[in-house]
Amino acid sequence: MSFSFTTDRKKRFKALLQSYPDKRSVALPALHLAQEQEGYLTRETIEALAHMLELAPADLMDTVSFYTMFRTRPTGKYLLQTCSTLACSLNGADQLTDHLQEKLHIKVGETTPDGKFTLLKVECLGSCGTAPVLRINDDYHEKLTLGKVDRILAKLK
Amino acid sequence: MTGYEPILTKHLGQPGSATLAYYLSNEGYKAARSAVRDMDRSQIIQTVKESGLQGRGGAGFPAGVKWSFIPQNSKKPKYLINNADEGEPGTFKDRLLINHNPHQVIEGMIIAAKAIDCHLAFIYIRGEFVKEARVLETALDECYNNKILGKGIFNSKYNLDIIVHRGAGAYICGEETGLIESLEGKRGWPRIKPPFPAIEGYLGCPTVVNNVETLANVPHIIANGGQWFRGIGANPESPGPKLYCVSGHVKKPGVYEGPCGTELTTIIYDWAGGIRDDNKLKAVIPGGSSSPVLKANEIDGLKMDFPSVQAAGSMFGSAGIIVMDETTDMVQACYNLARFYAHESCGQCTPCREGTTWLIKILDRFTKGQGRQEDIDLMLDVTDNIGGLIDLSYGSFGKTICPFGEAVSWPVRAMVEKFRPEFESYLTEKVTG
Ligand SMILES: Cc1cc2nc3c(=O)[nH]c(=O)nc-3n(C[C@H](O)[C@H](O)[C@H](O)COP(=O)(O)O)c2cc1C
Ligand code: SF4
Ligand code: FES
Repeated sequence: MSFSFTTDRKKRFKALLQSYPDKRSVALPALHLAQEQEGYLTRETIEALAHMLELAPADLMDTVSFYTMFRTRPTGKYLLQTCSTLACSLNGADQLTDHLQEKLHIKVGETTPDGKFTLLKVECLGSCGTAPVLRINDDYHEKLTLGKVDRILAKLK
Repeated sequence: MTGYEPILTKHLGQPGSATLAYYLSNEGYKAARSAVRDMDRSQIIQTVKESGLQGRGGAGFPAGVKWSFIPQNSKKPKYLINNADEGEPGTFKDRLLINHNPHQVIEGMIIAAKAIDCHLAFIYIRGEFVKEARVLETALDECYNNKILGKGIFNSKYNLDIIVHRGAGAYICGEETGLIESLEGKRGWPRIKPPFPAIEGYLGCPTVVNNVETLANVPHIIANGGQWFRGIGANPESPGPKLYCVSGHVKKPGVYEGPCGTELTTIIYDWAGGIRDDNKLKAVIPGGSSSPVLKANEIDGLKMDFPSVQAAGSMFGSAGIIVMDETTDMVQACYNLARFYAHESCGQCTPCREGTTWLIKILDRFTKGQGRQEDIDLMLDVTDNIGGLIDLSYGSFGKTICPFGEAVSWPVRAMVEKFRPEFESYLTEKVTG
């Protein structure tokens, strides 16, 4: 299926093109915009964006592949990202990840069969003072305990 | 700290502190107004030079000096980039500054922009900070609606636009030339310097990159003068207010503001409540994960400023203080950091890419109880190959394109050397591990 922005996003994309001094600089914001709309970035989407930005598709693909936040495969409805770096690890992040693996019966990198949860381990989220930290989609959940995580997950429909 | 009134976080916790109305009713944008209307480029730079403000992003380069490198007569556009990538493990101060007082940061940007004759500035914020990016967008909208940004700001002839630009998950994009590449829509591969960004930065044009906290200090310097700022803290060579991020095994982790030169023990014991469960302290990383670890007996009397921490064999860096108590397994801690760096190496330079992979292979063996006696020296060799011997004089970086090489090799080396017996015990005791 070919890709195009929704009317509202098309407006935002045009505004981006106007505010930046060159087209290629719009690559990251445009990719964010597309991923927000589609959930992940397909080859068709990237090709369409490359065309809009007057880039070779391979160049944009190269950019996409460098950044962990750009996803080229579908994920679960809720993307669970546990921080595994030192400050979180000193405060129980490993137990938190283990707990999530057991509770959801998946390993890090996998998605539950019902498509609800994807579990990822990520690096320092810039919130080490409230470790351990779990980012669910765009939201930070901080100072977590196993009990707190259970309560948060129970609320996700 | 007795007698110290917070400057950067003065309004923390006040309802509405992020709004323009609140900011304006607390002297907000007065400094920017006078900088834009009444000061010329050299006056602003001179004041910031006098203040002694050093960059808060890690390297501590004097901000006023950096601004003065921007060629005055170049016809090219000049760019200012506010580095809000905040990715150094142990660091979480810029997020606080943005959330509780975005206008303070924007005001600093307006003044810095005027100082380098910039009309388009960027805030490069790490992609995960979605909420913070929104806070900034909202604050910028308020500015545009009140002639604080846009055309003819503060009823002058000066124009300035600011764009919030979100990264997408890559630690290396915090390094200033990696950041510039990323802003240009490419992979965040650091560039060989020279040319320095001040001469050829974003789109080949003169560019200044400054950290969020650096810029947040600027309005206060313009409002109160360079000498005032230089008088804050223990050492006039490394002065000013500072946000200390305390994480790890303390009772009250968080961001604490105090003067530069505050003793590390004051920060850990008086402000952050001391070690959790009243355990014994084992080690402290004083300036973010890239700074070499200090043993408990090395922190007595240590003052937190650039020269003092350097003299102690580590780095003030981003003042990300990670505290480890006696229960900490240093082999695991070392493995954790090595893994971080292996994951975040951009892969451009062979010593960095291969070296970090080697390190985790060796450490992985260790933690599985399969370490070999020669592995300890092998690790030290590998760190030498990535980053050279520990020599903290600035500018001695060498084997890799960017200082990431040192950022991984120094801390790993320090952990292995200072806690060598612990690594050795893994060879004998944990064989069944
Ligand atoms: C690997 C690496 C990561 C860095 N990450 C950051 C960062 O997240 N935020 C930051 O402000 N500076 C970071 N820096 C420092 C920047 O390169 C640059 O020195 C700084 O943004 C300049 O601003 P300042 O002079 O105001 O400190 C990093 C440097 C390196 C080598
Ligand atoms: S030192 Fe490492 S992170 Fe820096 S440019 Fe080389 S490979 Fe990339
Ligand atoms: S280590 Fe987890 S947020 Fe920094």
